[in-house]
Amino acid sequence: MAAAVASQAVASMASVAGIAVSLASSSSSQVARLQLTTPAAPSSFGIGRCHLLTRSSATSDFGSTAPKKHAVSKVATNAVVVINSDNYGSALLYFSHELLLFEALREGLEEELDRDPTVCVIGEDVGHYGGSYKVTKGFAEKFGDWRLLDTPICENSFTGMAIGAAITGLRPVIEGMNMGFLLLAYNQIANNCGMLHYTSGGQFTIPVVIRGPGGVGRQLGAEHSQRLESYFQSVPGLQMVACSTPYNAKGLMKAAIRSENPVILFEHVLLYNLKEKIPDEEYICCLEEAELVRPGEDITILTYSRMRYHVTQAAKTLVNKGYDPEIIDIRSLKPFDMYTIGQSVKKTHRVLIVEECMRTGGIGASLRAAIMENFFDELDAPIGCLSSQDVPTPYSGPLEELTVVQPPQIVAAVEQLCMRG
Amino acid sequence: MAVSLASRVGGLVSLDACSLLGNNGVCKQAEQKSHCSVVVAGVAAFQSRFFFGDNSPYTSTSVVWRGAMTAGGSKAGGGRGRGVVAAAGGEGSTATMASAPELVKPKPKAKPQELLVTKEEGLEIYEDLMLGRTFEDMCAQMYYRGKMFGFVHLYNGQEAVSTGFIKLLKKEDFVTSTYRDHVHALSKGVPARQVMSELFGKSTGCCRGQGGSMHMFSKEHGLLGGFAFIGEGIPVATGAAFTTKYKREVLKDENADAVSIAFFGDGTANNGQFFECLNMATLWKLPIIFVVENNLWAIGMSHYRSTSDPEIWKKGPAFGMPGIHVDGMDVLKVREVAKEAIARARRGDGPTLIECETYRFRGHSLADPDELRSPAEKAHYAARDPITSFKAYLLENNLVTEAELNAIDKKIDDVVEDAVEFADASPLPIRSQLLENVFADPKGFGIGPDGKYRCEDPGFTAGTAQV
Repeated sequence: MAAAVASQAVASMASVAGIAVSLASSSSSQVARLQLTTPAAPSSFGIGRCHLLTRSSATSDFGSTAPKKHAVSKVATNAVVVINSDNYGSALLYFSHELLLFEALREGLEEELDRDPTVCVIGEDVGHYGGSYKVTKGFAEKFGDWRLLDTPICENSFTGMAIGAAITGLRPVIEGMNMGFLLLAYNQIANNCGMLHYTSGGQFTIPVVIRGPGGVGRQLGAEHSQRLESYFQSVPGLQMVACSTPYNAKGLMKAAIRSENPVILFEHVLLYNLKEKIPDEEYICCLEEAELVRPGEDITILTYSRMRYHVTQAAKTLVNKGYDPEIIDIRSLKPFDMYTIGQSVKKTHRVLIVEECMRTGGIGASLRAAIMENFFDELDAPIGCLSSQDVPTPYSGPLEELTVVQPPQIVAAVEQLCMRG
Repeated sequence: MAVSLASRVGGLVSLDACSLLGNNGVCKQAEQKSHCSVVVAGVAAFQSRFFFGDNSPYTSTSVVWRGAMTAGGSKAGGGRGRGVVAAAGGEGSTATMASAPELVKPKPKAKPQELLVTKEEGLEIYEDLMLGRTFEDMCAQMYYRGKMFGFVHLYNGQEAVSTGFIKLLKKEDFVTSTYRDHVHALSKGVPARQVMSELFGKSTGCCRGQGGSMHMFSKEHGLLGGFAFIGEGIPVATGAAFTTKYKREVLKDENADAVSIAFFGDGTANNGQFFECLNMATLWKLPIIFVVENNLWAIGMSHYRSTSDPEIWKKGPAFGMPGIHVDGMDVLKVREVAKEAIARARRGDGPTLIECETYRFRGHSLADPDELRSPAEKAHYAARDPITSFKAYLLENNLVTEAELNAIDKKIDDVVEDAVEFADASPLPIRSQLLENVFADPKGFGIGPDGKYRCEDPGFTAGTAQV
């Protein structure tokens, strides 16, 4: 099957223009249909590596108009072809359906639960309640109580239990009802999740996904407004990704579940109701790659999760003022995609990082160091970094707004950075 | 006298055996002059009899075990005088230590049909006990000669627990341990060579030298670690038990019956992960056995100074599982209890909590001056050395000859010496090993500035791990 996929990829390279190409090939009862398409969703001006898609047997009840799908074959994440930005607009020839971000997560999770019986979800209220943000709604009825395990309130132990299950053959998805609650599981996440593969000399793998809503919401109070990405980033052996659109939410969820590494998938409380059209075809996103949101020439703005939207909003103002920012959603918080970031830095020579993490020891701090180390000679100005204040998130509305980076601050920072050098 | 477990009637045992309900302070077994060093707190009997009536919806989980190795002399093994393991004549509730001479009583020879082990089993058990002891003694030597470093926690004195439980397990069953894990690894079948190499930090160690004394792992033998933080292994063992349950319930694998055992100490029994896992194990009827190796000391913290209710076995019924207390210095008693608990787990009846009264002859680790434990206490337990008493049992009951035991001693000496030689001769890990096992999928190191995955660079493992 892999050979067939490869040969068709080669054949279709000739007709690459970002146009979706369907090739039919049959092997017994399976029909593999390949499409070349862009990885980015319509709402973003995406380029990057394209994905070979094959039809899957996953079913979705979310208004899909695609016909019944066939058995899964290998889904490649990095194709031989790279589509450049010129031909992006003509690439949208796939069938798509519109849904909200939490539904996209649900769709991705459901497809993986269908595909692999060892995938299960472990967490509080994931089963009968359907998940605190309805990401697992309806799953307990469909997959049963053992696969959607409602746990008692004991994060450290059920995370450890999921790790024990992972090293003996299952693939659990651990849900933290709020990411902040996973602080209670820090022992198991740092010591076992991250390190057990290493301390066992590579004998055991821990293919878990740890996911949950985090970030600053609307007046949820300090303990429910935490950003744990900075706490986990030092743990060796973990991968961290942050989703920001329905498209990458589904893609990252699926990729994380399929990965043999432990992956933490950061979702954001305020992004669950984002609406977007995503492909009917099965796709996964690359865990290690960043996403180009808007190409530009003047400055590289690196961001992730909710701040992506503050940045795109600020970009409107900036464009009106005559600036041309390049916006990259870094998506992979650990490891950083130094290629996409580097290409951008080499083009614009100025960098602004906009994040929701706290200033001290946050993702921005690490990213700044990594860029300086790798691309110092490319920079015309110091790397700017806008982070949340080092303040426990206050309850009161105006105060809460002040702790998080707002679009006017982004505009001001860009103007300042562009004036230098 | 070996008593069969036919004392169970219809699954629900009448609690004429023990006074755990507090009606009287005396163990009725002791009244009958037959020694009971095992106490059961079965949920069904406890609750259904006295709180919910005989039609209790709780499944019957109570079992009575009667340890038979040391008939007579109820002080033996019950020296701590815990309330429910009261000696005959009403001594019971004060925690007095019997002095050593009182413990060494002549034991009546068991009749042939009452023997608890066959000759083969006896030899296997003896060999495993000796392997554990000899290996640990060698570790001490090697440590003081500068061949191994860091924290080394030796298991001397507690061998009966490891042998008693693990020798009944299949290879597919799982074990988690703590930092005191060398002997659990050996009992589970990890070759002595691999364990010694691991301790020496060589690449031929069971974890390629990356784990060390406190992180022994073996996928082949079902050893899920070796954990430095106490309590950390209990959820992992619970997860392994969950996998068995999942395989039966979801994957419809009728043959999935792997049992998990979590070994941990008295200090851990005060830790949240312990309680959280007891709860989950009963909730989902997981095939797990929680084994508390109560050696009375958590480094320098006495169990009685840190625990509100020192009787750890009682915490089992609080979570809906049987709680057993057994003399952990007596390998046959441990084995009897283990057999029942493992059978219970394997047939799907759920978890068991077993508290083993045991003792470590050495300090907490090789760095521990061990100044807080009284010489009297040490002497008390030294007299109950599991190897000495098992050897005596074998010889007195004519199961083996002295020569056979000596042959085993020699064999074990050779095995341990060979392990040291192998470890000495093995190579240390090379530079390129440093980054190999950080990620199962090395794409996790990310994409470098040149656009390729870092791990695709042939020079990658000679570099650094920053991402």
